[in-house]
Amino acid sequence: MRFFKARLPQLTLLPSLVLVAVSVYGFIALTFVISLTRSRMLPRFDRWEGFDNYARVWSHPRWEVAVENFAIFGLLYIGGTLVIGLGLAILLDQKIRAEGALRTIYLYPMALSFIVTGVAWQWLMSPDLGLQHAFRTWGWESFSFDWITQSEMAIYCVVIAGAWQASGFVMALFLAALRGINTEIISAARMDGASGPAIYWHIIIPALRPAFLTAIVVQGHLSIKSYDLVVALTRGGPGFATELPSTFMYEFTFSRNEMAMGAASAVMMLVLLTVLIVPYLYSELRHGR
Amino acid sequence: MTKYLTRGVGALLSMTALSAPALADEVEVMHWWTSGGEAAAIAVLQEDLQARGTGWVDMAIAGGGGDAAMTALRARVVAGNPPTAAQMLGMTVRDWADEGFLGNLNAVAEAEGWNDVVPPAVQAFGTHDGEWVAAPVNIHRPHWVWANAGIFEELGLSMPTTWDEFFAAADAIEAAGHVGVAMGGQAWQEATIWEAIVLSVSPALYEAAIINADMDALGSEGIVESFEIFRRVLGYADPGYAGRDWNLATAMVINGEAGMQIMGDWAKGEVINAGLTPGEQVLCAVVPGTDGAFLFNTDFFAMFDVGEDAQAAQRNMASAAMSVSFQETFNLAKGSIPARTDVPSANFDVCGQTSMADLVEATEAGTLFGSLAHGHGQPASVQAAYLDVVTQFANSDMTPEAAAEALVASVGGAL
Amino acid sequence: MAADMRRSVQRGVVYLVLVLAAGFFLLPLVAMVFTSLKTMPEITGGAGFETATILSPPRLWSFEAWGLAWSSACIAVACEGLRGYFWNSILLVVFAVSISVALGAVNGYVLSKWRFRGDSIIFGMLLFGCFIPFQIVLIPMARLLGLLDLAGTLGGLVLVHVCYGIPFTTLFFRNFYVTVPDELIAAGRMDGAGFWQIFTIILVPISWPIFVVAIIWQFTNVWNDFLFGASFAGPDTRPLMVALNNLVNTSTGTKAYNVDMAGAMIAALPTMLVYIVGGRYFLRGLTSGAVKG
Repeated sequence: MRFFKARLPQLTLLPSLVLVAVSVYGFIALTFVISLTRSRMLPRFDRWEGFDNYARVWSHPRWEVAVENFAIFGLLYIGGTLVIGLGLAILLDQKIRAEGALRTIYLYPMALSFIVTGVAWQWLMSPDLGLQHAFRTWGWESFSFDWITQSEMAIYCVVIAGAWQASGFVMALFLAALRGINTEIISAARMDGASGPAIYWHIIIPALRPAFLTAIVVQGHLSIKSYDLVVALTRGGPGFATELPSTFMYEFTFSRNEMAMGAASAVMMLVLLTVLIVPYLYSELRHGR
Repeated sequence: MTKYLTRGVGALLSMTALSAPALADEVEVMHWWTSGGEAAAIAVLQEDLQARGTGWVDMAIAGGGGDAAMTALRARVVAGNPPTAAQMLGMTVRDWADEGFLGNLNAVAEAEGWNDVVPPAVQAFGTHDGEWVAAPVNIHRPHWVWANAGIFEELGLSMPTTWDEFFAAADAIEAAGHVGVAMGGQAWQEATIWEAIVLSVSPALYEAAIINADMDALGSEGIVESFEIFRRVLGYADPGYAGRDWNLATAMVINGEAGMQIMGDWAKGEVINAGLTPGEQVLCAVVPGTDGAFLFNTDFFAMFDVGEDAQAAQRNMASAAMSVSFQETFNLAKGSIPARTDVPSANFDVCGQTSMADLVEATEAGTLFGSLAHGHGQPASVQAAYLDVVTQFANSDMTPEAAAEALVASVGGAL
Repeated sequence: MAADMRRSVQRGVVYLVLVLAAGFFLLPLVAMVFTSLKTMPEITGGAGFETATILSPPRLWSFEAWGLAWSSACIAVACEGLRGYFWNSILLVVFAVSISVALGAVNGYVLSKWRFRGDSIIFGMLLFGCFIPFQIVLIPMARLLGLLDLAGTLGGLVLVHVCYGIPFTTLFFRNFYVTVPDELIAAGRMDGAGFWQIFTIILVPISWPIFVVAIIWQFTNVWNDFLFGASFAGPDTRPLMVALNNLVNTSTGTKAYNVDMAGAMIAALPTMLVYIVGGRYFLRGLTSGAVKG
């Protein structure tokens, strides 16, 4: 009984730990094991292939496209949401009238899934139905926006819709952080004659470091997990021009009955995630000390 | 609200109990027919079953042409909780039968003489080791040309029977200010056109290069030629076709925006929905050079191996799905032809009657093949290897020679 | 004067940028709302509507599509609209959110105020769970639910959402409680309060901003989930997003775009409402913990 009492705090963690140990680490381990087998439609553990599936993934033209797209998408998506989010947060922080309403408008896309907005986005981007059609009907005959139909440009449409969804959240992160900055330092700098931009550059933005870190990590993992976005917008097309690692994994595991290859690609995504996340976790843990 | 909350609490409390497995007198059916004529047809089956005293629990999951449903099905089966029946295409039936999850329908099949009325090529997918495991409900033919009758009349065109005529017609249509060929932009739509072209080059080439995945045939002149024709067809599409759904492309033909579309007979559903008659306002003909041959794809209700007590309901469902009256109603709504060859053709339109006659002819001539684009040519992994190359070709400036080479590499890697 | 002019020009530019950005963010919503209120001929640009575009307001206002989507649109064999599924989702959200938030709150409390050897490693391991792609857990989770006899039940679906919600809720609460002075806990102990009393009497009352953040986050995720709902729910417990998907994703038949859009709006209303009502507190919650260095 005394043992139980002394260990009470740790024991309350136990249910969560068990759940996460099984549903996260257990399943990751299982995925790794499957990636070494010859599983097709269902997991099978009767034939082992070592790392062959990894080689098959890396030599597949779709994976090549997926990795290339991921580099473009990841950089532009993370960079874009950071710039837009920070910009909007700074502007909103200028004692703006109707701040509440504007903030809600920027934030609401976070509330919606792409099952809800997918069709609207497809329309907006489609040259026959969407923005191009609308502007031309209104008299701007030379207006052109048909990226979604072009293999080289379609991935940028995915970036636009992604930025639309997540920029508001980044804005909220930065706005919250801006509101948390000690105003005395800023007035002191102002007294010393520092200009507005200089104050932002030298004092405020450095003070936002933790918010940057959170934003980069949240956006980074969203960019790796992005799946609904692509499926709703382009279904990976034209051709497979907008393939991402996440759509590759789903497609191979479930549509093509190449579960082992799908698992291998999942493991590589996890490795990528780990590279991205572990430094963040490390710093999270250090600041808690 | 309170009612739902209590129900929820109840559900949560009883959560240790297995989700009610289909009761003895009902069937749980997984499918992706959620709309239009298909949903109406499913409703007919539901009523038929109700009349036989069997209830219907619906597990529809739409999306990705059945992909979403097949993913969910896998989760259900892995959990040890399969539905009574699931809609599937031929190759998928084979996959599930190979894994040993499907039940045995021989009792119904023998009593009702399925072997005598279902074409052998369809039987090959519905049976496994001589046992019936799935009930076929239709036969689709994916290689049709649909054309706007108004435009054709105005320009004095008739339905093309050779590719030269096809391109001449497309030129004339374009010259008159319409889109020559309405295209949709997904891999399966592009493959639907390409496989029809391969068949038009020669049925023997289709058999060798697609059904047998013969490497020599895949790298042959015939395949290069098929890509050359495909490239010319693509030239008549409008620039905005990427990502377009097939039914929007059909709508372009219906409203005269475009002259022609190459699409399966399900396009008829759109024509009928628009209040028109296939064969009159919208003309139909098989893709040039493919008369006498027949590509098919069939929707099956695969029956899972369920417990003893659920088998009666399952057999009821198989029997209802195979009844002459259901096959007629269903296929009139869906645009396909019955999987049974003994359904009267009188109520079908011209295009449907053509299909029914051609099916018999092609069966005898040995030119009836499963459609690659629609899950009856190769298993999923190999099929995807073909589609990768076809869609890459359609969406880039790849040469026909390079496409044939890529096909050899891609299919070779997936086998 | 000149300085005043410059200032008001500057303000003007700031407002202009903010309003343009708002316009961009509102585009899809405007398109959806307008389409849901139009009649089909106007959407497809039929006779008399040649100049109609996706962004032009309805000329003939019609609320019919909303009624259809709510209670009588046909999805496969049932013509009952989205109504029934709405309650399934609400039930799911109530259980999944309350359990995952409660567990996260306790975890955060222990990990910040009852430090023990190895606690940060445990926290780190929990956190990594935030980042797992859901597609890879589908098949193993299905097997697990099958083994637990939870396949196809509401309980099973709740369990899945709790598993993948805990990492996030733990992160929120732990980062919030780290900023609460330890003296508060020490004072509570001096007064003889035990583990649970300190939590419920001292911490919970001051935690509402982070509760709001965690609830909004979880509510949105669970409500918007399609993958788990489609794979693990039974016929009677299928959530709204699965039904919406079935309504919108049609392979044949003329699409009733106005009904599709009305259905999408109905499905989106609860989460949008949560953001609109809770947005202010969401920001306050983020300020008070989640992004503090």
